[in-house]
Amino acid sequence: MLKLFERLFEKSNNSANHAKERLHLVLIHDRTDLSPEALKSLKDRLIAVISEYVEIDAAQTEIQIEVEGREQTLIANIPLKSPRKRRS
Amino acid sequence: MIGIVITITSGKGGVGKTTATANLGMALASLGQRVVCIDSDIGLRNLDVVMGLENRIVYDLVDVVEARCRLKQAMIRDKRFPTLYLIPAAQSRDKTAVAPSDMVHLCQQLKSEVDWIIIDSPAGIERGFRNALAPSDQVLVVTNPEVSAVRDADRIIGLVEAEEKGPAKLIINRLDPEKVRKGDMLSAQDVVDLLAIPLIGIIPEDEAVLVSSNHGQPVVLSEKSIAGQAFINVSKRLMGEKVPWLDLDGKKGILNRISKIFSGGS
Repeated sequence: MLKLFERLFEKSNNSANHAKERLHLVLIHDRTDLSPEALKSLKDRLIAVISEYVEIDAAQTEIQIEVEGREQTLIANIPLKSPRKRRS
Repeated sequence: MIGIVITITSGKGGVGKTTATANLGMALASLGQRVVCIDSDIGLRNLDVVMGLENRIVYDLVDVVEARCRLKQAMIRDKRFPTLYLIPAAQSRDKTAVAPSDMVHLCQQLKSEVDWIIIDSPAGIERGFRNALAPSDQVLVVTNPEVSAVRDADRIIGLVEAEEKGPAKLIINRLDPEKVRKGDMLSAQDVVDLLAIPLIGIIPEDEAVLVSSNHGQPVVLSEKSIAGQAFINVSKRLMGEKVPWLDLDGKKGILNRISKIFSGGS
């Protein structure tokens, strides 16, 4: 209850932070022309393709766009399943 | 003399492009520079009223481009600064009356006459913007600390980069330090973090700007105006001078000083 109150208070009291967070995401998608849905579909296909060659941990796989100045980088973190786990 | 072409643009309308153009033109002229301001918003002429030169228009940009007059005939000399000129937009035509190559040609001619050519771009990303961008040596993007203006500014910055006219420099207009302090407005640092281009000016919210345009006397002419001071600082930075950022918490500063006096501090 207290947490909820704090969150409401924070939101109404600092709309500038909310604006900055929202803009951060919007600008990434504007610049890359990649919507959140497109990124999700890219991730699914990436997992499917890589799985043809090596066994990966799909649940732990992350794909995101990092921003450095006006440059965007697509970062994929794809944990491989260890051979031992595979055998068991 | 080789003039520098400055393009003032924003994407979104109503953020202060025309105000910035008029004020930077006047500020540079007040520093002894020879300046031509060009209104490239064909069909929606505005720079003339903001500069207070609306009654002196005979020829306009389209007349020059279509060779109905000589270039000098379309250059309206300012009443206050004899080294400041305006080339107004045509009111009865549309953006297709001028091509980017026309603007390049026009600015080539002007470069040997003046130090600065300041082009007021129309809002949007279409022909009018392309016209204003084509001859540019330095693009200044005007934005407000507000979500839609920042988003459009980012789009414009991307287009400027794609045309190899970057890096653009940023003017943050209508910043209200009190609202920033309360957390209700993006700070200048927030906007710079998001857009990631060099900052050249922060213009604080100042009601003197509205009063000035009512009179057709750009705000740089009123010495007491903080927005006017901020525009003068931008013009000095354009000339390569290092100018410290204005203390936008001025009111708080005065209160602090007074309270220090009363508490016996220095």
